Amino acid sequence: MDRRFFTAFGLLGAGVAIVSLPAVIAQGPGSPTKTWIPARTAWGDPDLQGIWNNATSTPLQRPDQAGGKQVLTEEEAAEFAEDLAHGLTRDRRDGGAAVDVNRAYNEHWMDPKRLEITADKRTSLIVDPPDGRIPPLVPLTPERERRRLALAEATRRFNDGLPHSHLDGGMPMRCIIRTDRPPYLPIIYNNTFQVFQSPGYVVIQVEMIHSARVIPVDGRPHIGKTLRQWLGDARGRWEGRTLVVETTNFRGDDGAVYGNADPETFRIVERFTRVDANTIDYTFTVEDPRTWTRPWTATIPWNKTEDQLYEYACHEDNYDMVHLLAGGRAREKAAEEAAKKAR
Amino acid sequence: MGDRWKGVTIAAGTAALVSVFWWASMPTVGQAPGAPQFTSYKAPRASDGHPDLNGIWQALTTANWDIQDHEAQAGPRPELMGAYGAGPAGQGVVEGNEIPYQAGALAKRKENFEKRMNVDLSHDATWHETGDPELKCYLPGVPRATYMPFPFQIVQGPGNDILMAYEYASATRTIRMNWKGEAPIDSWMGWSRGRWEGETLVVDVTGFRQETWFDRAGNFHSDALHVVERYTPMSPYHLLYEATIEDPKVFTRPWKMSMPLYRRMEGNVQLLEFKCVPFTEELLFGPFARRPGPQR
Repeated sequence: MDRRFFTAFGLLGAGVAIVSLPAVIAQGPGSPTKTWIPARTAWGDPDLQGIWNNATSTPLQRPDQAGGKQVLTEEEAAEFAEDLAHGLTRDRRDGGAAVDVNRAYNEHWMDPKRLEITADKRTSLIVDPPDGRIPPLVPLTPERERRRLALAEATRRFNDGLPHSHLDGGMPMRCIIRTDRPPYLPIIYNNTFQVFQSPGYVVIQVEMIHSARVIPVDGRPHIGKTLRQWLGDARGRWEGRTLVVETTNFRGDDGAVYGNADPETFRIVERFTRVDANTIDYTFTVEDPRTWTRPWTATIPWNKTEDQLYEYACHEDNYDMVHLLAGGRAREKAAEEAAKKAR
Repeated sequence: MGDRWKGVTIAAGTAALVSVFWWASMPTVGQAPGAPQFTSYKAPRASDGHPDLNGIWQALTTANWDIQDHEAQAGPRPELMGAYGAGPAGQGVVEGNEIPYQAGALAKRKENFEKRMNVDLSHDATWHETGDPELKCYLPGVPRATYMPFPFQIVQGPGNDILMAYEYASATRTIRMNWKGEAPIDSWMGWSRGRWEGETLVVDVTGFRQETWFDRAGNFHSDALHVVERYTPMSPYHLLYEATIEDPKVFTRPWKMSMPLYRRMEGNVQLLEFKCVPFTEELLFGPFARRPGPQR
């Protein structure tokens, strides 16, 4: 989770969900319908092309209110969906002045699809472990603990309106990476992905931040180990009609790897299966013995959309970075002057 | 085929009538983009039935420094950068080498160049007023994206869209084939509508913002920019790239640039990342950071 990003928008814990139940995948709502004949490209690869949206209100981790149920009945699901939508909507005016101001960034700007639960009525996007929760963390080494604390301190400064520099802003605020780093998790808006294919390649264009993830599916080896990248180095292969993608070579910067995992031991495998004309089941498994006590898996449906992708030029007009830094300096100056007067 | 190369062909043909010996000893023709020996080339078909442009391509020009003829020159801070910052000499890519600026626009170009390193983000309203967008790691626009000194990949599948993915700044651009209608929104990379004219992919690009430049020399345009690009396979290993530039707010008439784009042939070639934001943040945001000592 890009915790700082969500916190900055007052959205901590908002509808990011992931699921991964191999069993659910096999039989779940996204399962192949009998009439669907898998489309193939002219050169014989499964056809994943199109524009897709992965927004949902189903949370990454199963909330207590689900009462331990993995999948809900029709009736339960309706209530669950309503509760989630009520919690997420930014058009409510019942939270008091501060919350109200925050919600001025209202539904007009948000992805309405993020107010709907998954069609299979799951209670969490995480499908494994069975409790739908991110596994417990393992104790960090002293060095990683030091870095985690430094990152937390930077986040606190940023959220307090006193960032020391742009570095306190985190990757999304700095417009370096947003939803384009795997695993792909839904967020408040711009949840669109366009898949392109040509012989030997699958390419995923992600709206935020206008990057193309080029996935060779021609069996070539990964790039050299010393070549680290923000989005890593992806290699794909076809298993039946599923595109399986393994990504390595992530950069080691704090916050660069998902979950602040250790790039040395982090592994991610993503599986893209088109289950019908309008749905791709996106399932990812992450593991890092230096971060989580066990691997975990989530499944997120990608729904076909008629929307287009538009250019998300983030860095070019990142006025807020200057506003936030200048605001920090103004607050410091005001505090200094107040201290002088008090003397 | 561009008119320029038709001209070369005609000239060469005329010369051949005068002297077959002269024709036989004209090696420079072989090095020109779209040179005559490739005129009959017909590219293999892609899955969409059109010439296959799939691949990783790169311009081999110095147009990013200056699209017109230019001498080698020192960088902006030679006392700091030494020869590292210096720019190479190059022959221009503009047809006839002249850019038909309107009166007054040439002065703006000169000012752009002189202030190409000046960055001041203190006010939103003047945020984009000075400084080369490349210096600030902004999206490069079109046609500059094509001849940045980085490779780009064309992904041409059976769908209605062709993707152009650029290594520089992870810029991308979707070519919407046979898209009808106007650009729905202004953007840095513009709104690209594609069509095939025989062996040529023609891309009509509008909906630009005014902030992108053509090069580090400060050549510029307005938001009325209209670019028509032509990508024509000339051999298995190169395309002819032509771009016609139209902007009634800045130029007196349309003008044209062209250059070959070469296929990257390394067996393991792939786009890598040039996410340059971290390389420019200190320049852009450093003045607003908390520093040891007295604060501003």
